[in-house]
Amino acid sequence: MTIAAESKTIEHGGASHNGEPTGMYKWLTSTDHKVIGKSYMYTSLVFLLIAGSMAMIIRAQLMSPNGHVVSQQMYNELFTIHGSIMLYLFAGPFAFGGFANFILPLQIGAPDMAFPRLNALSYWLYLTGGTTMLLGFFTAGGAAAFGWVAYAPLSSYTNAPGPGPDLWIIAIALTGFSGIFTAVNLVTTAFYLRAPGLTMFRMPIFTWSMVVTGMLILIAFPILTAAMIMLYCDRHLGTHFFTVSGGGSPVMWQNLFWFFGHPEVYILALPYFGMVSEIVPVFSRKPVFGYKGLVFATLAIAALSTGVWAHHMYTTGTVLLPFFSALSLLIAVPTGIKVFTWIGTMWGGNISFKTPMLFVIGFIVTFVMGGMTGVMLASPPIDFAVHDTYFVVAHFHQVLAGTAIFAGFAGFYYWYPKLTGRMLRESLGKLQFWMAFIAFNLTFIPQYLAGLRGMPRRVPVYLVQDHVTFLNQLSSVGAFVTFLSFVVWLVNLWVSWKKPIAAGDNPWDGHTLEWGTSSPPPHHNFTSLPPIRSQRPVWDANHPEHADHLNHELPKKEAIRR
Amino acid sequence: MKIEYRIYLGIGLFVSVLTVVYFFWAKEYGGATMFFGTAGLGIMPAMYMGWWHRRMKPRPEDTENATMAESKGAIGAFPSYTIWPFVLGMGAFMSALSLVFGEWTLVIGGALLIFGAR
Repeated sequence: MTIAAESKTIEHGGASHNGEPTGMYKWLTSTDHKVIGKSYMYTSLVFLLIAGSMAMIIRAQLMSPNGHVVSQQMYNELFTIHGSIMLYLFAGPFAFGGFANFILPLQIGAPDMAFPRLNALSYWLYLTGGTTMLLGFFTAGGAAAFGWVAYAPLSSYTNAPGPGPDLWIIAIALTGFSGIFTAVNLVTTAFYLRAPGLTMFRMPIFTWSMVVTGMLILIAFPILTAAMIMLYCDRHLGTHFFTVSGGGSPVMWQNLFWFFGHPEVYILALPYFGMVSEIVPVFSRKPVFGYKGLVFATLAIAALSTGVWAHHMYTTGTVLLPFFSALSLLIAVPTGIKVFTWIGTMWGGNISFKTPMLFVIGFIVTFVMGGMTGVMLASPPIDFAVHDTYFVVAHFHQVLAGTAIFAGFAGFYYWYPKLTGRMLRESLGKLQFWMAFIAFNLTFIPQYLAGLRGMPRRVPVYLVQDHVTFLNQLSSVGAFVTFLSFVVWLVNLWVSWKKPIAAGDNPWDGHTLEWGTSSPPPHHNFTSLPPIRSQRPVWDANHPEHADHLNHELPKKEAIRR
Repeated sequence: MKIEYRIYLGIGLFVSVLTVVYFFWAKEYGGATMFFGTAGLGIMPAMYMGWWHRRMKPRPEDTENATMAESKGAIGAFPSYTIWPFVLGMGAFMSALSLVFGEWTLVIGGALLIFGAR
């Protein structure tokens, strides 16, 4: 494998690979996908802690029926920015900016992403976008306070004056562009930079998930960016896209937003499904069960997700209920196939319950619980009853937060040795898992019940007569303990940094190409590649007697006679 | 290129079906327009990749028994480091802030953008 010398850097002063900058200047100038991936990952984890702290304030406010922790305006700002950060700045970028950037080129044996400079630019747009969103808290009118969905007419200039909402719009536009650039990069890299012999149907499931996520981003994000520009024009340039007074339609905003917003849910979820599909086979010491089923389920989820946006809008009365209900219910089928294949992979396997595997099992439990309530919500009669109650809040937290936290940390514990060359401590990891798992469910299961008792979302106070006080207290205690579990994780990071345990190249006996290089990988990733004859090239190289491709070479008739 | 092309084609065709069904059933033109655009976002890349698929031999990465030696020549040009993405990013950031804080940030941002994109 040869990699051409970069002509441009030579023009700029002839720096060789040895003369590379270090420290801060390296971070600013690097176009290496590994540096950018790590920057994405750690930036998004900082955003997770910021938004998590906001959730703690929200839960403190709801500890008692008439909470006075923050003012009602401040409460609105907090839940808006909490949701916006979690969805736009943490869950997505952590997976498709962080993990995908770092892991995808390694998994397909590529030296870097297809467009390294674009990759760097998309990180800077993401960082500045995130900063812009937080800047809202430093303006006189405060940050945006209309919820992460910014429904018209709440987001009009009359109802949301001041620079805070504008900063929110700019922030979403910047991160939107960042997401689009990353998606272009991911899809191009997977299509054009695979190693010889690594056909599409030999790509690891994580890479497949990232390809499909990239395709979904390219469909969904442009609409979001367009909607943001329209909203800005409505606020400042006198247009009337979403205002009734000028002949516009507020429901149009909901259509545009959710046409982005529902694929976005799968943009957030699919990468984590991919991580789980990598971790389950490694810790069950089996190849993944139903590889093509997983691939086609991923594609089916992506295709169907473009046609379900209006299930967020049943109660507007302007949408075709049978169409959207049928498509929403259909999505449960490929999702069910995925859960089935994960369990099928574990079935009869030699399972080792290391921290990543524990987190994966925690993910499957919470995700199935959230998914079941999702199927309930897809049916209009139930949705009419519980729309905009805490039932919905509990549902999407179990699906999205459960996925991002449990599958995300599973991925983090699994790939951290590859990222740094150091191991995280198993004992602290298991402590973190059990704290997070118990406390997370303690947070959200009471919220289902509170929702069924009629507690609406986004309220800072409630009445004693509503009989939701105890449920809210349970939920708050759960939330505080969940936050403490992140402190355990920070301690784990600190311990692994101060007293490193060397990981070696392949601590988990992994299957895919990223485990076939050193930890952390060298410049341009590989000094040599093993021959790729199956979906598990590194497994084949390490266990030649059990190599996957041997089975394929058996004549079919003989295999049956045995 | 065959599988890449068929994935995009599959998504494009599926959304095309949805477009037709939705257009005649819901009679709601906003959603139908978005469906139509999405179908295009599937079919257009499919046409590009299908065009190439018919005109080139299978690449080493499309061949099951390819060896490392079959990928000849340079894979691509990968810069080792460059400051310009950072300059462009800061330019875009400052220019975008001008929509909120007034034109003075556009002066800085525009200068950085021109300097970075030159």
